[in-house]
Amino acid sequence: MESVFEHVSSYVGYVYPNETEVPWTELIVIYPYITGLVAGAFVVSSLHHVFGIDRFKTISRFALLTALCFMFFAPVPLLFHLGQPTRAFEPIITPHWTSAMAAFGYVASFYVCLLLLEVWFAFREDIVRYSKSSKGFKQKIYQLLTLGSDDVSPKALEIDHKIARILAMVGIPGAMGLHGYVGFVFGSLKTREWWSSDLMPPIFLLSAVVSGVGLLIVLYIITSKHRKVTPSHEAMVGLKQVLWASLVIVLVFEGLELLEMVYKAREGIETVMALIRGPIWAGMTIQWGLSFFSLVVLSAMMIKNPTGKKFVGWLFACGLAMMIAVLAMRWNVVIGGQELSKTMKGLLTYHPLIVGRESLMTVLMLFIAPFVTLYFATQFLPPWDDSKSRAEGKHTSHH
Amino acid sequence: MIEQEKNEVTENCGISRRGFLGLLGAGAATAAVVASTESDASMLGHKSDKKMGFQQSESQYEEALNNPPKIPNYDWNKHRWSYGVDVDRCIGCLRCMEACKAENSVQEDANHHRTWVERYVYLEGQDEAIVDSSADPKNIENVGSELHFRFDNRYEQEKVEKAFFVPKLCNQCDEPSCVQVCPTGATFKAMDGVVLIDTKYCFGCQYCVQACPYGVRSLNEQRGTAEKCNWCYHRITKGLNPACVEVCPTGSRVFGDLNDDNSPISQFIRNNKVTVLKSEMGNKPNLYYVGADKEVS
Repeated sequence: MESVFEHVSSYVGYVYPNETEVPWTELIVIYPYITGLVAGAFVVSSLHHVFGIDRFKTISRFALLTALCFMFFAPVPLLFHLGQPTRAFEPIITPHWTSAMAAFGYVASFYVCLLLLEVWFAFREDIVRYSKSSKGFKQKIYQLLTLGSDDVSPKALEIDHKIARILAMVGIPGAMGLHGYVGFVFGSLKTREWWSSDLMPPIFLLSAVVSGVGLLIVLYIITSKHRKVTPSHEAMVGLKQVLWASLVIVLVFEGLELLEMVYKAREGIETVMALIRGPIWAGMTIQWGLSFFSLVVLSAMMIKNPTGKKFVGWLFACGLAMMIAVLAMRWNVVIGGQELSKTMKGLLTYHPLIVGRESLMTVLMLFIAPFVTLYFATQFLPPWDDSKSRAEGKHTSHH
Repeated sequence: MIEQEKNEVTENCGISRRGFLGLLGAGAATAAVVASTESDASMLGHKSDKKMGFQQSESQYEEALNNPPKIPNYDWNKHRWSYGVDVDRCIGCLRCMEACKAENSVQEDANHHRTWVERYVYLEGQDEAIVDSSADPKNIENVGSELHFRFDNRYEQEKVEKAFFVPKLCNQCDEPSCVQVCPTGATFKAMDGVVLIDTKYCFGCQYCVQACPYGVRSLNEQRGTAEKCNWCYHRITKGLNPACVEVCPTGSRVFGDLNDDNSPISQFIRNNKVTVLKSEMGNKPNLYYVGADKEVS
């Protein structure tokens, strides 16, 4: 069969003829993934800002910058996916409110604004300092960013912290809402057996936290190595605990979801099982394998409390493993759900394109972009709060 | 294919000036597609030297969008369209698919359909039916084209216990999932019951494609917008039958106005024990079946 149009998936059993073109591709895999990283990173920054957990102080501002840089790119995969990208603002101008998707523009813009505000308050003191110490064009930008306010008296800073805390407090339900909402977009679709679960929003939410914390662990260790400082043990222990706790909960939820589906054994359950054994077998193995690997290692570390290089190495492995596991989970959900035919009598096998508008290459570029942005952001607004940065800070502010 | 040729082809096909279609999201493919469907020239009896197009040209589509024809004597408050399928009458000739593709400029491949026919076969001693549609790769291989619709003879050597054909199309639900999930409101339910797409507002997110329980929606890649059966809205608003009903040689497809007690569909529903597909979805379909087997979904 020669397919005239792009991308047709092969299938076994019986699928509706229109199903052979999978509507949501790898771009819609990376979209909830990136959003999830935002939510996870934000939660960590809030643990310091809102709950005053001091062990996260060192990485709180870095987590905030990470959330912002990734949030910039969260809507981009959607834009690449649209059949008519120039009409992207249509749902914002004339939203159709019964659609779960109609609120996306509002939710995402609200969240970007919130992150921008919070970053500004968290970095205002530094911005004011740089606006005086730096030179030339850079100084102009810092001056612009002060928004005309260079009051860094203790009283003003106290107000800053207060506002930042309130923003973070608003941000927690915001982040939860943003990602719970992404879960709702999938979970509320009654037509897809693999998606249609009440547990979908909490699963998306918790796996978001897991992947976001994993990302922070990975980035924190890499940047520390790059800056030639030892990662703060306190912060690392904190990250370990959050990762362990959220991983335990998400595994229970995911396990329950699968169990419920199998136990209810509605019509077509054989096809669901065939999906797990077939098209998404590799994805499921990666997701569950790496999750259990991390669970075992993290549990061991919770008991034995290792320190030093050994601790850093294993935690790095767990962080990276969970980033990959959650990515695999997004694939299994988004692509897997569509590989299971609505007829419940057939299975499609989706093969992504390597090059093209909707392809692995696009996904790769979209995933690299936030890291590059974050690199420049940390150069422009160093978020570190440790002895080295304090020494550097003193040096630069010495005028 | 150059523009002139393309126009010639569509003139030959007699499907020009079907302006209103555009508003309803009538599909079309590009010249590349038309050109790639060689050897299908004779399908509808057109002389177009290997280049046969079901499709509207881009200029026709533009015109349809920008200057939709008025329907002066049509009041959509006065009609309640409905559709029936008598499974026992269908012989799987697939003239309905052919008519639909030509009438509605549906994309010319095996992956975009506004209507299709499924074949259910119970082999002797088997509890479950084997299902395929004309879009099945084996059927296409047998015919040698995605534009000739025919079921192959694969069960010739088998002992078949029971077999039947089931036509499928848009159910024009009273509670349409596609309308519910559309973020722009591009797809909407008309007062006469038909679910339509305004392709000027559709931005091609395909949420509706996901949401439709019956798999009747697809994306027109060329236009970047969603596609689906609208019961030939351009025809029914002029008092005609949908193309598939018109060509059905056995009367398997029935159409009419529920507001008229004597319409074919009113009689069909009144005189038969009808069923709908996937009622558990809660979509309240307006497509009624007689003789649908348990395996049909």
